[in-house]
Amino acid sequence: MTRRQKYEADLRRRAGIKAGLSTAAVLLAIAILVPMAPGWPAVKKSFFNAEIFLKTFPGLLEAFVLDVAIFLWSVPLIAALGLGLALMRDAQSPGLMPLRLAAIGFIDVFRGVPVILVIFLIGFGIPGLGLPRPYNSPYIWGTVALVLTYSAYVAEIFRSGIESVHTSQRSAATSLGLSHGDVMRYVVLPQAIRRVVPANMNMLIALQKDVALLSFIGPVEILRQAGVYKSLMANFTPYVGAALIFLAVTIPATRFADYLLNRQRRARS
Amino acid sequence: MKLRLENLQKSFGTNHVLRGLSLDVAEGECICLIGSSGSGKSTVLRTINLLEPLDDGAIYLDGVDIAEPGLDPQPIRQRIGIVFQSFNLFPHMTAAGNVRLAPRRLGRASGAALNEQVGALFETFGLSQHMDHYPDQLSGGQQQRVAVIRALAMRPEIMLFDEVTSALDPELVGEVLDVMHRLRSERMTMIVATHEMAFAAEAADRVAMLDQGRIVEIGKAREVLTNPREQRTRDFLRLDRTA
Repeated sequence: MTRRQKYEADLRRRAGIKAGLSTAAVLLAIAILVPMAPGWPAVKKSFFNAEIFLKTFPGLLEAFVLDVAIFLWSVPLIAALGLGLALMRDAQSPGLMPLRLAAIGFIDVFRGVPVILVIFLIGFGIPGLGLPRPYNSPYIWGTVALVLTYSAYVAEIFRSGIESVHTSQRSAATSLGLSHGDVMRYVVLPQAIRRVVPANMNMLIALQKDVALLSFIGPVEILRQAGVYKSLMANFTPYVGAALIFLAVTIPATRFADYLLNRQRRARS
Repeated sequence: MKLRLENLQKSFGTNHVLRGLSLDVAEGECICLIGSSGSGKSTVLRTINLLEPLDDGAIYLDGVDIAEPGLDPQPIRQRIGIVFQSFNLFPHMTAAGNVRLAPRRLGRASGAALNEQVGALFETFGLSQHMDHYPDQLSGGQQQRVAVIRALAMRPEIMLFDEVTSALDPELVGEVLDVMHRLRSERMTMIVATHEMAFAAEAADRVAMLDQGRIVEIGKAREVLTNPREQRTRDFLRLDRTA
């Protein structure tokens, strides 16, 4: 071991001890202080009830399958629509002006309105047209609302990716005699899409959580199921269970997005 | 005349980059453009490839004015290859993928025939073992040679080189110049913007000195480089410095 390595190992050891001690102190304080709060026994009984947790958890997990299903079939739609909007918005030819205007209007509207409002308007409004079953299902139209909203965000992410590809790449492709469409498809988009994968990962994590908003218009997914249990048992523990299930999915997903982002940063520096 | 530039005018905003530049290039001729940065060398090359639209003037390729506004630039660009200072390889494709893209998309060749042609080009320029490497796995010199191959794969009638060695480490300059010497020996029509005076002296039929968007002096390489008539050229080449 060199002098430098010995010194650094020593530093690391001392930093580790310090971090461990301070973390332990805070955890201990929480463990001692929180139960001393006057309402703690009541909170413990209605939020952290082990018996109710065990009884409702399998049902919550089952309801979560619907969240995952809605999520899974939304993602490809959002990716396709988002990319389509991004391309429409950058359309150059004058004949495509209507497309361009439509894309701008779409993105402005769906980025500007709260998700829950869009879900209410579309999820209740369109089935209200008197469509035949199964096309009047709030499950379908609620999902459509999510797809529309998230496409608007994803379109802007794709657009920033397209703009981040250096003009020299376009020049090189154009100079070979490739058409505008080919330059986009073979040179610009592959680079742009790769660059915005981490940003889109973050959108997916947000989407996974927002699927729960559909509970307000009907589908019995996890949040609604938790609400049902809450009413049945007069206890909030099912909400804690639902939160844990979400965390079990979103924390690994967030770490993965961070990992992708870091890898990309390293590759570019 | 293979290529005739007539009174080229180009401004970027208030910056008047080309001020009536004219030049004739014969078939199989190699012309080197010299001059300080900002003299308009790069812009001339980019206007010939129609990457920059001209404000005024004409560019005749085989007697046809290709600078005519409104003309479809695509088929013309396919006849004129350009290599850039910063290589500009597509980073998400292998070296061979970079070369295959344009011929494949433009219907020049496909499948086995294309692979064979591309393989032969890599062979010629000594890069066979790097065909499947990505640009970031190649040295600057190798990347620039791939960029030359990429342009050549379209079988251009003219090759333009825009300071192709300026971004390279000194020990990598030679391998790129070798490629250009080789094209020269195959009688490729070439216009080369360069700071490599040794290359200009050796390879160029004629050397043109650019200053403020005009050609101030043009002539046989040896004359312009060793015994220029114009003071501007002497200053640029620092010929008046006494040893």
